[in-house]
Amino acid sequence: MNILRTFGSFIADSGRLVLKGGRLYYAWVAFLLVLILLGAWAYTGQLHTGLIATHMRDQVSWGFYIGNFTFLVGIAAASIMLVIPAYVYDWEPIKEITILGEMLAISALVMCLGFVLVDIGRPDRFWHIMPFVGHLNWPSSLLAWDVLVLNSYLLLNAFVVTYLLYCAYTEKHYVKKLVLPLVLFSIPLAVSIHTVTAYLYNGLAARPFWNSAILAPKFLASAFCSGPAILLILLQILRKTTKLRIQDEAIFKVAELMAYTMGFNLFLTAAEAFKEFYSSTQHVVYMQYLYFGLKGHHTLVPFAWTSVACGLAAFILFLVPKTRRNWITLNIGCVLIYSSVYIEKGMGLIIPGFTPDTLGEIYVYRPSLTEVMVAGGIFAIGFLVFTILLKAAVPMMLGEFTITKGRNNTPTKSGAGTK
Amino acid sequence: MSTEQDPQPQPSSCEGGCDVSRRVFLGAAVATVAGALTGCDHISEAEFLQRNFRELSKQEVKDVIARLEQEYKEKFGRDVYVGNEPPIPGVIFAYALDLSRCVGCRRCVYACVKENNQSRDPQIQWIRVLQMDKEEGVNLEHDTAYYDPPEVPAEGHFYMPTACQQCKKPPCVKVCPVGATWREKDGIVVVDYNWCIGCRYCMAACPYGARHFNWGEPHLPADELNPHTHYLGNRPRYKGVVEKCTFCIQRTRNGRYPACVEICPTGSRKFGNILDPTSEIRMVLEHKRVFKFKEDLDTQPNFFYFYGV
Repeated sequence: MNILRTFGSFIADSGRLVLKGGRLYYAWVAFLLVLILLGAWAYTGQLHTGLIATHMRDQVSWGFYIGNFTFLVGIAAASIMLVIPAYVYDWEPIKEITILGEMLAISALVMCLGFVLVDIGRPDRFWHIMPFVGHLNWPSSLLAWDVLVLNSYLLLNAFVVTYLLYCAYTEKHYVKKLVLPLVLFSIPLAVSIHTVTAYLYNGLAARPFWNSAILAPKFLASAFCSGPAILLILLQILRKTTKLRIQDEAIFKVAELMAYTMGFNLFLTAAEAFKEFYSSTQHVVYMQYLYFGLKGHHTLVPFAWTSVACGLAAFILFLVPKTRRNWITLNIGCVLIYSSVYIEKGMGLIIPGFTPDTLGEIYVYRPSLTEVMVAGGIFAIGFLVFTILLKAAVPMMLGEFTITKGRNNTPTKSGAGTK
Repeated sequence: MSTEQDPQPQPSSCEGGCDVSRRVFLGAAVATVAGALTGCDHISEAEFLQRNFRELSKQEVKDVIARLEQEYKEKFGRDVYVGNEPPIPGVIFAYALDLSRCVGCRRCVYACVKENNQSRDPQIQWIRVLQMDKEEGVNLEHDTAYYDPPEVPAEGHFYMPTACQQCKKPPCVKVCPVGATWREKDGIVVVDYNWCIGCRYCMAACPYGARHFNWGEPHLPADELNPHTHYLGNRPRYKGVVEKCTFCIQRTRNGRYPACVEICPTGSRKFGNILDPTSEIRMVLEHKRVFKFKEDLDTQPNFFYFYGV
């Protein structure tokens, strides 16, 4: 009972931390709420008219939503990039930021599930896909696998983060025997969420652009540079705005790892391009549409080359120690990587898979305003989740705010009504 | 946005009915919320809680069909028969299409729409006729479905109608996350329109562009409705679900030809029981030059193309 009561006050205090903030914080949250409202409004419209409010059609039956979903699965998977060295090699400087990685994973997964939800035609039948309640076509359907691994990964991360924060809050050291196996388990699980998502496309013989064995490794490589790119920028902001101490060394180390993964990602892209263009079978049309345009349609071409150029530039910036250790070029590199992978894993993956369609038709897809607004709303939800998690977590991680500290007066046992 | 809170629609072990009333209440509440959220006019509790068609008992199927007939009557103001004829033992349907005869008139496309109650607005068509270059042969880089010459066949072209190939190894069935689509014993791949969640994974998996999605609310004028329907076939569909050719299951399981076979003015379309050695389809398969569309994918269609002359 005592634990329940303490946990209750943990939740209540977290709520209090989230609700109290500076003007900048309130402005940021308000901005996100506005985006969420706009997204909700657009989504209501989509529910009313059906998915015809998007620009997806039979020829291109997945678009912006699923593109964002795929990209965000990568972000969620990338948190292990930080967990591996921290726990396996017991590398101290990076250890404190793994919990940030896990919170990023939670936020990314919330967005992933959001994008899947807005993409399905009958969200009211959502229960059909739930194991035991509905009828999950497992193990045959890769989407069934994806449902399982994504939710397991979400639950695992949510549990570890809550537990670590709760320990910090109650001023107890966490039980290593409990946390270490869970964190170690999250490593294969993170690999699996991205592998399963890659297989989801990979397994479709009808779509030669995806039906390539290189897809899953490429997913992992690109995820392991784009995920940390977001974290690196975030760590610098947190260093400035809170008392959280993150050593330069940790940041540079992550940046170095990113250089290798980006290099590998570019290599895989080149390998795929070589195979398609040199052998030049009928399957080349999809990559041709992406990089050079097909039959007068060039919509994706500028994006495709922007992605390649950004990736190459970032690779060089992160590879050269001088530019890696320079804050300006480091941050430029992060933005470049983010842009490169966002194009490549989003629209650059989904659209050419469908264009030309299975009967040779070219339908030029561009997201509709509804799609952009709904996507904006989902991103805002993700950012809001992340903001709230950070707002509560940082003071606890720093030991500034615990069950005994951080308030004007000493707390009562129930934790309710203290202010 | 959580409709996950729905009750377990399993037969309850609680005999006293204590749980039942609560479940009914919850079901109604969730159905109302779900209806409001999806912008559907209304989703009845029974519709919301309906299970996968293959899991229904005989009595439940009867109830579902009675409910659907009632719903359609209210919607269209006409009596609609929703059949549930099972596969005929000893029958596997197959189709063969004579590429040397087809002139690309597309009468089959519209006969199909009329027979199978597809949405007229937005338009959904299960058959897609591809115009191809004679010089190129069957080549999807040199085809168009949007041809409009004053007269068909156009000089230098031939025509290849496509629809669901009713694969023996259907990729669409393999990928469906909820088992809303399956291959029946007579070889017809069907969709349970009341179980499909509209994820469209099957559309990504189908190599033949055979699956079509109800992007908007399907509009079907009441006077154009074909009231003779089948649960797994041409009964009116819903917004947000996938549909496809069913070899006119409502006809063929009652011994009739599919509408496209009947309408074809050139006799290009052959249909029958592949297990019957005396059938026309067997004659075609045994004596003509036959090929399967995208044979390298090994989907093993029960739909064949041949050159009759």
